Amino acid sequence: MIRIKGREYNIIAGALGWIWLLVTIVPIYYIVVTSLRESNAVYADNPLSFPEHPTLSAYERVFANDFLMYVKNSVIVTFVTVLVILLVCIPAAYVIVRRTDVGTRRLYKIFISGLAIPMQATIIPVYYLIIKIGLYDTLWALILPSAAFAIPITILILTNFLRDVPQSLFEAMAVDGASEFKTMIQLALPMVKPAVITVAIYDALNVWNGFLFPLILTQSTENRVIPLSLWLFQGQFTVDVPGILAAVVISVLPILAAYIIGRRQMVAGLTAGFGK
Amino acid sequence: MTEKAKKTGGRRRGLHDGGGRESLHKGPSLWYAAPAMVLFGVFALIPLIGVVVLSFMNWDGLGAVTWNGLGNWKEMLGDPLTLNGLKLTLILTIACWAVQTPVSILLGVFMAGKQKYRAFLAVFFFLPLLFSSTAVAIAFKNILDPQFGIGKAFGWKWLEQNFLGDPKTALWTLILVVSWCFVPLHSLLYQGAVRQIPASLYEAARIDGAGTVRQFFSITLPQLKYTFATDSTLMIVGSLTYFDLVYVMTAGGPGNATRLMPLDMYIKGFKSYDMGGASVIGVLILAMGIVISLLLNRLSGADKMESQMEGV
Repeated sequence: MIRIKGREYNIIAGALGWIWLLVTIVPIYYIVVTSLRESNAVYADNPLSFPEHPTLSAYERVFANDFLMYVKNSVIVTFVTVLVILLVCIPAAYVIVRRTDVGTRRLYKIFISGLAIPMQATIIPVYYLIIKIGLYDTLWALILPSAAFAIPITILILTNFLRDVPQSLFEAMAVDGASEFKTMIQLALPMVKPAVITVAIYDALNVWNGFLFPLILTQSTENRVIPLSLWLFQGQFTVDVPGILAAVVISVLPILAAYIIGRRQMVAGLTAGFGK
Repeated sequence: MTEKAKKTGGRRRGLHDGGGRESLHKGPSLWYAAPAMVLFGVFALIPLIGVVVLSFMNWDGLGAVTWNGLGNWKEMLGDPLTLNGLKLTLILTIACWAVQTPVSILLGVFMAGKQKYRAFLAVFFFLPLLFSSTAVAIAFKNILDPQFGIGKAFGWKWLEQNFLGDPKTALWTLILVVSWCFVPLHSLLYQGAVRQIPASLYEAARIDGAGTVRQFFSITLPQLKYTFATDSTLMIVGSLTYFDLVYVMTAGGPGNATRLMPLDMYIKGFKSYDMGGASVIGVLILAMGIVISLLLNRLSGADKMESQMEGV
């Protein structure tokens, strides 16, 4: 093989980096500038030019369309789902790490096996179940299945972190006569806080962006969440290209804000379960 | 995908066993796990069995569920759309893997470098991950529009064709959009893995006079093989379930050119009201996912772990 000196190799790597930057940025730039364009300029202007008369009217049209209610629904569903996930998974992960008997290990295996299974293939029985329980077209219809599907990855991450808590600390708590519940809350929880944040971000992103459950499990406008509303906008606003893209931009803004504030946690959250 | 977790988990448990085994203390009550078991049982395990049961039933989504024996299976396996979906899903899975893996490895290695500008670029690389699949699908539908999409910006006739409207290009266009979405995620995984490669290996290579390219092929790539196995499983099982992106971008069209299995399942169930038939497709997707996961797990065998740790 021809040996290339360090500097020359860096040119190859650098070129690759800048090319990928273009691949990433150009579509996003197009979305933003088009959302600022006047509707009648969309067909006339060069698609990548900055609009001559930038306008926020497309955003006004989106907000005139109940979009704030969909944002509210998405916030509720995301928040409650993550809360449910953490409430059920933290104690479960605690048990899995603290007990060594065969039954517990088997339980762990059952949870973890969910990772290798394409759960979306089960949407039809989920739909059946939601109708039978009487939750169809409620926000709970989105919360419960989303939480259940997130259990495998959440338990995997939490147990991986909990295993790093030194046994001696647990023993010290036991010697002090602390109950298991107290040990969990006062010892285990603070020590795995980074993992809890990571996994909460991961689960929140998945729920916030989820489309399939809202599509099949809700129907009415009052229970609409952002991804579903984007899709419906697209059907209604077929000719209003800036309007559709403005809705896309608005749907990303909360996540972008979170990314700017806590990029490190977010990146950790995105790769949850693999970085560790 | 669970392989790595199991390994690290196993190793850690081993460590604890070595140092002073706990007394007879059995740990907290199993009741702590009960809420998770109930939620997982009701909304994940029961549907898993339910999809198999429903594949033998007749159900239109509203009325009563009635026994249909092997009827759905015969009908679905004889339906050319099922075969079409299977074929398209296999093409998509293989192509997505083949496009994303090399790009993700290169970008992961690139981002693992300590140079300032690389960290700076990485901040932008992750942006696609912030978009929901629906948002990406809608954005690219417009971006690829022959009337007002990006193609018009350069005045090249080739770029102005209707990529999503032509059955010959639609699936390949989808594959590229999927890659745009998910390459950042996979490159993140590789970045983490590259950073864990012991620096001593590179030092030794440098002393032996190996250049950067040589180091990439003889150290970086071999050291990435476990991440490669994990990441490939993630990618492949993921490919079996792409629904949002495809549904919003093409809805299966033009014709049935992008009617992948998950989409076929959705249309049969929720558009043609044949929930039994849709469940058959669901079972097929499940079976493929499980078989592929097991196969990849086997291939990346846990027993090889030690050889990787040798000489470190």
